[in-house]
Amino acid sequence: MSALAPGSRPTHPRGHVVSWRVYVAVFLALCVLTVVTVVATGYDFGPLNLIVALAVAITKASLVVLFFMHARYSPKLTGLVIASSIAFFVILVFLTLTDYVSRSWPLTTGG
Amino acid sequence: MSEGALQHHFTDLEQQREASTLGMWVFIAQEVLFFGGLFTAYTVYRHQYPDAFSAGSHHLSWRIGFANTLVLIASSLTMALAVWSAAVGKKRRVVGFILATILLGSVFLGVKYFEYREKIAPCLGDGPHAGCLVPGERFDASAVHLEGAEGGHVQIFFSLYFGMTGLHALHMIVGIPILATIAFMAGRGHFSPEYHTPVELVGLYWHFVDIIWIFLFPLLYLIGAH
Repeated sequence: MSALAPGSRPTHPRGHVVSWRVYVAVFLALCVLTVVTVVATGYDFGPLNLIVALAVAITKASLVVLFFMHARYSPKLTGLVIASSIAFFVILVFLTLTDYVSRSWPLTTGG
Repeated sequence: MSEGALQHHFTDLEQQREASTLGMWVFIAQEVLFFGGLFTAYTVYRHQYPDAFSAGSHHLSWRIGFANTLVLIASSLTMALAVWSAAVGKKRRVVGFILATILLGSVFLGVKYFEYREKIAPCLGDGPHAGCLVPGERFDASAVHLEGAEGGHVQIFFSLYFGMTGLHALHMIVGIPILATIAFMAGRGHFSPEYHTPVELVGLYWHFVDIIWIFLFPLLYLIGAH
């Protein structure tokens, strides 16, 4: 049954309203994670540097999507749109990389 | 007021709200791929020229980027609280929180202006262009501690820096008048707990712009150990 079909009403007719404290808590978590990502650059994890930076950024983005953007309380159809946008972004980056990493570089001489 | 807010082709306000929200999410999905091209270019070139990207990144001030990140996250908090205020019917707080969001967004753009000016100002005029960091023939590679990287490759980093932060800033410049319009409508009493979809939708847009910056900050300002 589509989330937009009449008759399939969620339990909260005006959407899910949470306490404002949730938003303040998410904000504080985002601040802490921003400090974490800066402090992490003080240590050299070698090739893991980028992984650590991206892991923190993905965690922060997830908090924003789930709580600030209410994805956690949204219909499944919204989740599907979010998941497909991420999936197509991953296809865009990785399918492009399969081509670039398999070619000789630089593509032109000089710089 | 919520009376009259229901368009005739929807069953009820809830269905109308879900349809509008879904439409906004589809727009955001499109935006992900719009920025996605730049993130792909970034990935390809950083993979090829890691030293040049590290050298370029070290020339950006991580302190300014860090402070601006906190400002933008704070603007996301005030935006979320504006939507919350609309949902619980605190109309005057909706206006206050949206104005706070506009103020914080303007602070972010103001800081960005000074960051840009520092890099662009030396490129103007006829004299020597020492310190010019705009890619092109006036680019001053000696202003960057290259540490083995090639100046031309550092220009690619700065091209992506201006392209990505510029497109992000453009989204904020578009968002601020929309926020002002929504604040004006809220002040006129257009919204209620039953109907405040425009506040929610501009909130989704603003949070999305915040997410883009959450990725830009470490990818541009924090490459390599500092």
